[in-house]
Amino acid sequence: MNKKFLPLYVTSSLFVLLFLVGSVQFENFGTLRVFMNLFTDNAFLIIAAIGMTFVILSGGIDLSVGSTIALSGVIISVLLRDYGWHPIPAFAFVLVLGTLFGAAMGAIIHFYQLQPFIVTLAGMFFARGLSSVVSEESVPITHMFYDNVAMFGFELPGGAWLGSSTIIALVVLGLAIWLANFTRFGGRVYGIGGDAQSAALMGVPIARTTISVYALSSFFAALSGIVFSFYTFSGYSLAAVGVELDAIAAVVIGGTLLTGGYGYVVGTLFGVLIMGVVQTYISFDGTLSSWWTKIVIGLLLFVFIALQRYLVRRGTKA
Amino acid sequence: MSTDDTVLALRGVVKTFPGVKALNGVDFTLRKGEIHALLGENGAGKSTLIKVMTGVYRRNGGIIALDGTEIHPANTGDAQDLGISTVYQEVNLLPNLTVAQNVFLEREPKRFGIIDWRRMNREARELLLGYDLDIDVTAPLNSYSVAVQQLIAIARGVSMSAKVLILDEPTASLDAEEVASLFNIMRDLRDRGIGIVFVTHFLDQVYAVCDRITILRNGTLVGEYEAATLSQQDLVSHMLGKELEKAVHEKVGQAEAQTRETLFELNQGSSDVLEPLDISVCAGQVVGLAGLLGSGRTELCKLVFGVDELSQGDAKLNNQSIRFSNTRQAVVAGLGLCPEDRKKDGILGPMSIRENMIMALQNKRGWWRYIPMKKQRELAEHYVKVLKIATSDIEKPINQLSGGNQQKVILARWLAAEPKLMLLDEPTRGIDVGAHAEIIQLIRKLCDDGLGLLVASSELEELVEFADKVVVMRDRRKVAELSGSDISQQTIMQAIAGQS
Ligand SMILES: Nc1ncnc2c1ncn2[C@@H]1O[C@H](COP(=O)(O)OP(=O)(O)OP(=O)(O)O)[C@@H](O)[C@H]1O
Ligand SMILES: [Mg+2]
Repeated sequence: MNKKFLPLYVTSSLFVLLFLVGSVQFENFGTLRVFMNLFTDNAFLIIAAIGMTFVILSGGIDLSVGSTIALSGVIISVLLRDYGWHPIPAFAFVLVLGTLFGAAMGAIIHFYQLQPFIVTLAGMFFARGLSSVVSEESVPITHMFYDNVAMFGFELPGGAWLGSSTIIALVVLGLAIWLANFTRFGGRVYGIGGDAQSAALMGVPIARTTISVYALSSFFAALSGIVFSFYTFSGYSLAAVGVELDAIAAVVIGGTLLTGGYGYVVGTLFGVLIMGVVQTYISFDGTLSSWWTKIVIGLLLFVFIALQRYLVRRGTKA
Repeated sequence: MSTDDTVLALRGVVKTFPGVKALNGVDFTLRKGEIHALLGENGAGKSTLIKVMTGVYRRNGGIIALDGTEIHPANTGDAQDLGISTVYQEVNLLPNLTVAQNVFLEREPKRFGIIDWRRMNREARELLLGYDLDIDVTAPLNSYSVAVQQLIAIARGVSMSAKVLILDEPTASLDAEEVASLFNIMRDLRDRGIGIVFVTHFLDQVYAVCDRITILRNGTLVGEYEAATLSQQDLVSHMLGKELEKAVHEKVGQAEAQTRETLFELNQGSSDVLEPLDISVCAGQVVGLAGLLGSGRTELCKLVFGVDELSQGDAKLNNQSIRFSNTRQAVVAGLGLCPEDRKKDGILGPMSIRENMIMALQNKRGWWRYIPMKKQRELAEHYVKVLKIATSDIEKPINQLSGGNQQKVILARWLAAEPKLMLLDEPTRGIDVGAHAEIIQLIRKLCDDGLGLLVASSELEELVEFADKVVVMRDRRKVAELSGSDISQQTIMQAIAGQS
């Protein structure tokens, strides 16, 4: 067994274990339907967390994700309601806008040598503020296209459902794996996370890569905002508060090292699924308060960070 | 600009850092198909000149021309695209990526737009086999020793070199055999018309491969010479600006060693990676550790210091059994380890020279017994003076020092902790000839005051010069022990090769 895949094995086995525990305790838990619902319910988080994975791999962090999700939802709903846009150009608009927003944050981080934490924190306030300026109250979305897309999907055995948001999330996952492990860009991201100074001396274009990483994260956040708008059929400036933290938690539980350089995109998927399965378990139980989800995730995070420390220590000793 | 076969020409290059004029109007001419040594004391400006040539630093003045046209590389990538490939001082590779990725970063072989991992791994393996490195290229880089990493960095640089290859102290952690095979590769490249810049502090290596020599001192050009006509003595005096004084010292013979008290003893001690072995160090004695790469020198130092656990046998310090479960216990007990890989285990980059120096002493005292600032400054200033560390200020971040001066700071860190037994793993790596002699003198003086010393070194000359006893390692076991007048380069070499 390859040591570097260890965190990935741990995460995926933990997911399987939790799923089995649920299946043993509750009938109807261990079904394809519940499994697929994990994707349907968390598609937007999967997308946002995958973007976050690249940022964390490069040794940075992006706190603006939740606000970007809200902002793209608000912009879409306002474009649709007040300006009579068709959803498709509206989507293209927020994706471009998101990408530019991320690129701007990346450029500030690189050229002014500022902490990603501070710059994206500012980005978070900026995007949240901007969405309130665009519209303070929730804007409903009513458009045929929305209904069609939301209904689109494939029936699977056992009443399970492969919906449009799941499909988008899976496509994003495939794209991200390709980008991270089969392109030059991916190697650069890992390299900068490993040792930015050495990477520069090996000829890695640091500026271009840093900017691309944040642009990518915000692009995925905007996409996540689009997917999110299909859940709520509205745009609201106070939506998705704290989603960036859920995304960071998913990345870390997925085995990516917070200091950068180590981790896998697939791990992040399992991170989200673990959080989803805990939530499902609690709703099946019915007696537990939903806050237990947060408590369990807090504990998991703690365990995973401790595990990473241990692995890093052992790694340097060997 | 100059003759036709000039590939790289620098004229009047100036580089200033806040408060330091690192390069002051330096000229440098590299011809096609030559190996050109760039020499100078620690802090003379060699690495800075290289970084200016390759776009890591922007020059403040002067001209750099490649094949007669002026160039302005903005970063290493640009320089690579222009055909200048560089192996910078210290290993600058990515610890988290695989060996193959490190070799091919930025020029990965692709197939249908995706990275062809199979081909990349195969080609990396073939490339490294040319350096006698038969290793798993899919393992992360940090699973290998510094020396192997250095070879990987060289292999990467050489395989990329198109017009110019720059090597900044590439041989610092290599042993004789690897150096020889590197030289063969360099000669081969030279014959193919590539211009090679070679920085080193090993003067015999300069004469072994170099055609011409450029010497810098304090950021200014001293001159350019033909290697064949410059004597070593003149070379040294050009570098230092004065003659070199050699230290002589009497070796502690076998008989005398027995009368001294034993400071440290290892009886049939072994770790997971070492065969059981005996070793002893008396007060005031210098014990050298010789052996090839991977022979277990570094592992032995780690074992003594408690970084690696003793799996059997026992260790005694001052006749008391010791067993450390962490390195702080070792420091408190009076041990010091100056590590081989200063970049990874040694320097704390953004912290100041003073902070880096007092680290071990503070650790020994415990963090709650803060060393008064006045004392810290005194200590730092003292060592900056005795080790001749080239810096304007003890509050400068250590990563702004030249490589050799960083090494001196690390040495000072352990000297300041006043250990009873000091372990030095390649202590003079990257240190210039002048400072080398001074450091050896300083160490001798400490030994006269009762310090015991265990020195791992791949420089046989250095071991012969100051060791009272030499332990030779091969394949992770002790194969010979030489003492007193038996110690010579030849006897050590024979023991290493296994023909004693
Ligand atoms: N980033 C930096 N900031 C400030 N000063 C620097 C920086 N890099 C180098 N210097 C200073 O420039 C001078 C030349 O350093 P350089 O690294 O070129 O020396 P060197 O000749 O390579 O020495 P060595 O043999 O020790 O490697 C030194 O005085 C050093 O302190
Ligand atoms: Mg240097």
